[in-house]
Amino acid sequence: MAREIKHFLNPDKWVELHSDYLFNYTISRISDRDLSKDLVQDTFFAGLNAMGNFKGKASERTWLIAILKRKIIDYYRKINSVKGKTEVKMNFYPDGEREGEWIEQRVPSDWNNEIDKNIENRELSVAIEKCINKLPDKYAIVFRMKTIQELETEQICKELDITSSNLWVIIHRARTQLRKCMEDNWFKN
Amino acid sequence: MKLCCDNATAICDKGQYGEIKIWEKIKLGLHFLWCKKCRRYSKQNSILSKCYRNHQEFEKKKQCCLTDLEKECMDERIKENTIF
Repeated sequence: MAREIKHFLNPDKWVELHSDYLFNYTISRISDRDLSKDLVQDTFFAGLNAMGNFKGKASERTWLIAILKRKIIDYYRKINSVKGKTEVKMNFYPDGEREGEWIEQRVPSDWNNEIDKNIENRELSVAIEKCINKLPDKYAIVFRMKTIQELETEQICKELDITSSNLWVIIHRARTQLRKCMEDNWFKN
Repeated sequence: MKLCCDNATAICDKGQYGEIKIWEKIKLGLHFLWCKKCRRYSKQNSILSKCYRNHQEFEKKKQCCLTDLEKECMDERIKENTIF
């Protein structure tokens, strides 16, 4: 049987060895630069406080990532509990006789010029970015993880501590909202 | 059995990630038979998915890396906290 390697923590080297990795991991999920930086810094602080619990079984980086993941869930819970404010606009009648039908003003209009649009240009990216940023944060995070980072559904559910039906409702709301935004800002004649 | 537009487009969105079941596909197909609005939604959805895929590179470039100064600040703050 292979002998287990014992790992050690060396906070003096944390920034040098792990800060880019942790930062890129965070920003690919949270997208906001300053916020990502804060979460990484918080992770280092939490790591310092929890050094006594480190058993040396996992590598230093794995251990720090575990703490960071916890921070991301906490952040997600926090914004998830903030009701109202930038709530997604409704696309379908929520109840009544026409429940589930398109609300007139939100019905997709004809993009008859979309063929002429070059979809690889920079301006398009800027338009997409603007539309994603208009989403409530909790939707933008899930949408980015699933669509931009292309993470597995299961992984996202685990990282944010949500159910898969939860995830698909969010994706649906995000995409219908984005469609309208892109229509108004890009595809409209 | 009959789908409303809200549910149909929800399936359609899920379909953009290749994660719908065969019976959902059938239900969606039936809905498309009579609903022009959702057919249009579906067509636009594919175009948007292509746009979002192209957007990936742009996002990734934007994201990368802390500056040296940011790292220095971080390091200092860690050291402040380890003194005690």
